[in-house]
Amino acid sequence: MTPETILTAAEIAEIQAELAHYPSPSAASIEALKVVQKHRGWVADEPLKAVASLLNMSPEDLDAVATFYNLIFRKPVGRTVIYCCNSVSCWMLEADVVRERLSERLGIGFGETTPDGAYTLLPIVCLGACDHAPVVMVGERLCHDVRPAQIDAVFADDVGPASTASAR
Amino acid sequence: MVGIVVDGEPHEVPAGGNLLQSLLSLGLDLPYFCWHPALGSVGACRQCAVVQYRDENDVTGRVAMACMTPVAEGLRIGLKAPAAVEFRAGIIELLMTNHPHDCPVCEEGGECHLQDMTVMTGHTFRQYRGLKRTHRNQYLGPFINHEMNRCIACYRCVRFYRDYAGGDDLQVFASRNQVYFGRFEDGALENEFSGNLVEVCPTGVFTDRTFSAHFTRKWDLQTAPSVCVHCGVGCNTTPGERYGTLKRVINRYHGDLNGYFLCDRGRFGYGFVNCADRLTEPMLHGQPVTRAEGRARLRDVTFKGAIGIGSPRASLEANFALRELVGPENFYAGCADADYAMLDTIRRVLASWPVHSPSLREVEGADVVLVLGEDVGNTAPRLALAIRQATRNCMLAAAAELKIAPWQDAAVRELAQQVRGPLFVLATTGTRLDELAEVVVRRTPADIARLGFAIAHALEPAAPAVSGLSDEDRQHAESIAEALKRADNPLVVSGTGSGEPAIVEAAAQIACALSRRRKQPASVSFVVPECNSLGLMLLDPKRLGKALESAESGSVPAAIVLESDLFRSARTEAVESFLSRVGETVLLDHSPQATAHRAQIVLPVGTFAETEGTFVNGEGRAQRFFAAMSPRGAAMDSWRWLAEAHPRHDWQCLDEVTGACAAAIPVLARMVDAAPRADFRIDGLKIPRQTHRRSGRTAASAHIDIREPQPQDDTDSALAFTMEGDAFDAPAALRTYSWAPSWNSNGQSIAKFQDEVGGALRGGDPGVRLFEPVQRGAAPWFTEIPRAVAAEPGVWLTVPRYHVFGSEALSARAESVVERIPAPYVALHPSDLARLGHADSVELNWHGFREVLPVLADDTVVPGTIGVPVGLPGMPCGPCPRTLALRKAEPHGSGVST
Repeated sequence: MTPETILTAAEIAEIQAELAHYPSPSAASIEALKVVQKHRGWVADEPLKAVASLLNMSPEDLDAVATFYNLIFRKPVGRTVIYCCNSVSCWMLEADVVRERLSERLGIGFGETTPDGAYTLLPIVCLGACDHAPVVMVGERLCHDVRPAQIDAVFADDVGPASTASAR
Repeated sequence: MVGIVVDGEPHEVPAGGNLLQSLLSLGLDLPYFCWHPALGSVGACRQCAVVQYRDENDVTGRVAMACMTPVAEGLRIGLKAPAAVEFRAGIIELLMTNHPHDCPVCEEGGECHLQDMTVMTGHTFRQYRGLKRTHRNQYLGPFINHEMNRCIACYRCVRFYRDYAGGDDLQVFASRNQVYFGRFEDGALENEFSGNLVEVCPTGVFTDRTFSAHFTRKWDLQTAPSVCVHCGVGCNTTPGERYGTLKRVINRYHGDLNGYFLCDRGRFGYGFVNCADRLTEPMLHGQPVTRAEGRARLRDVTFKGAIGIGSPRASLEANFALRELVGPENFYAGCADADYAMLDTIRRVLASWPVHSPSLREVEGADVVLVLGEDVGNTAPRLALAIRQATRNCMLAAAAELKIAPWQDAAVRELAQQVRGPLFVLATTGTRLDELAEVVVRRTPADIARLGFAIAHALEPAAPAVSGLSDEDRQHAESIAEALKRADNPLVVSGTGSGEPAIVEAAAQIACALSRRRKQPASVSFVVPECNSLGLMLLDPKRLGKALESAESGSVPAAIVLESDLFRSARTEAVESFLSRVGETVLLDHSPQATAHRAQIVLPVGTFAETEGTFVNGEGRAQRFFAAMSPRGAAMDSWRWLAEAHPRHDWQCLDEVTGACAAAIPVLARMVDAAPRADFRIDGLKIPRQTHRRSGRTAASAHIDIREPQPQDDTDSALAFTMEGDAFDAPAALRTYSWAPSWNSNGQSIAKFQDEVGGALRGGDPGVRLFEPVQRGAAPWFTEIPRAVAAEPGVWLTVPRYHVFGSEALSARAESVVERIPAPYVALHPSDLARLGHADSVELNWHGFREVLPVLADDTVVPGTIGVPVGLPGMPCGPCPRTLALRKAEPHGSGVST
């Protein structure tokens, strides 16, 4: 099996572009894994082996990097990943209750995916918005000052008072 | 030396070391996990905490990790300070929160470093009541079992496997409490040193799968000091027996040789001892006879004027007894003539040239290494591991300039990244060390020898020049010679693997040229094929071909073949002809092989695990090995069969044979010093092979006879097959097992038997070096430089290839090893294969026999040559022909016709 039979031409081109930025191929490990994840949602075994071969690494060496980082997924995830902060500022402002409401609403716990494949719920240590705790990130959308009573707002696409879309 | 104060007591310790190593060397007990004498310090486990005080007025101090603290004059520390004691107990308690309570069913139990350290810190009561994290285990191949739940995340396994041994299929995955040490997916650990994980892991994550199949606790094993028989390096081992089965082989520390590590062939090859088809009864024309009848037959054959064919894998004593029985003029070497020629050169060079044959520890100290025509990684794996460490010396030197101590492992590796010291590999095909080499040159065997001679000439103009070298090779010769000239501690490595005698000569020539330049002996290390190849040669045998030739004239009435298979050493038709012309053939061996089927008389002998004697390794070190168990059936030591048949000698015990051998052969005079004699006693008692904790002594055979059997007597050594006696104070050559109070694990307890942890064994490492470099006297140069070989169309020059698993005959019989042996094949360069029309298999003419073998494309094969794996089961037998004619095999038929 060559990388070409597993990875798409677009993926290989993007990985090659990343490789050009580093003196040694293994330095591009994380970026190459992100390329695959961007295209496929997660990094399965076969694509990982293909990337390892492109980077001239053993699958073990690349998987050591992939499994170390919690934002590289080695299992399938839902179309949207919801990160629920469980760090200290959010915890003081009832993040646990927020998480419970999210779980009730989705019918899943941390690390699980809804049966329709829409959402995966994951804990995260910090989203860098402690001044607006508790914080939840839905896909790439950051939700500030989440109120347990208004949990539906997290899922609202429109910009409401309790869930301010932010790009910062 | 520097003065340090430990718990108020002054001590002197060597400067430059770390505190943990220094404290252990003082004989003090301090728990640790991640540190290892061969791997250095990383400060990962936090277990070796001590309190460090600023000065004599400081009574509070601060907690410091001993392994990360350099010793310095005036260093004041508290080992017993309450803060340190409490800290260490806390660390163990945290490590144990996830460790299962499975010691009674864990195969590490009883020799577990984690158990020892837990007891040492006094953590005897568990407060944690939560869930333990659990993992899925992996299938790691026939050698290693995996039980990840036991892991304490010390990282020793990956530091050994990856950093020390160069493996890349073991890694650490995930993070925090979930870290997982394993492979990407199920499958055999590929590195040939994987077995060391069993001893490197401080607990039971990696255990010996072959041992597991017939498990016995360490304290129930009957053990003896032994020497590995699976290559010519001579690593020290400890085989362990119970219920008549050889249960396992573990490392026996030797400061100058194997240190803490063995290769997997040495560790797992022991399975041949337990094979059901072992030769156990004397056989006459295929019918079992009594020992007395066998002995009488051997005497008859001797009276007829038999010739003797000695063995490169039998002891010096066995070979000497055969030589005495048949007379030196009738004593031949049981190895291929090509090997004989090369071994003869090695023998002469070590004995009379101004070169030094280094120990493995000295190999590790080399700063420039040239490997000439030997695939060391496959023919002498432990030597290759030492060369691998030598390539790190440039990083250690760079670290030293920045005042980073060599034991600061993470810092040194971070500084050096992938930088490796100069290693030049001049080879006849791809080798295991290529990945580390600065320059890899692949040529035909004759061209490698020519290149070697050219390097010698570039180093020392007095050495003969090589004419007709290509520009590229001339440049290689000059640049390699320059690197060797600049080296403080250059090393040349070669051996018999290439089958080209001129390569061995060229290696000696380079070392001699270096010696002349440096005005002191330069190091040259020769790989020899078997555990006693060099020892056999020191008995001055004639080459096997001469025996075969003299049989042609009908002048050989009988032949006594000692522990060798002639069909592996000479062409099939020549051996067939020899055996049919010789009146009678007696074979002494322990395992069935082709010659055994053809000999009229077969006398069963013990394996290394059941007999005693002396081997000489490639370094020229004579080492004694001892029986861990008694031989099966009517088998006994080869030397005893031969001594009993001797009309005049009345040798009763091994010491008498050893003494006679030492007296008769001047170069072996010191072999008697390889170990204390059989009359050695401690407080009037022999050294016990059984531990003081052995269980079931009165019950083990109660189902056969209610009376406890009398312990077997051992007249040949100072070891006893009992529990009684002092194993702890035994000299290193007689140490039956490594154990000390509070230290039950093999790898860690050995510290109690070293003056400096990781250094020589107390009283000196065992064995006797037979050769010291000749200081003066001009060695004559080798002047016969081979001519370059031009490839003829349709004829391929053969190049032997070696496999750690498969190329050595005894280990290839071990059940676990069989799984790792490649299928028979030959290898061609892709361009040659294309010219053959991309065949899947080729038909070749092997000494007149047509053979069809699968063919592999391998771009490390030199075009015009064909790589032929040596000794693989299923390959045509006998030494590889010099050239092979081949053609594409018919896709369907057997290929024998057409």
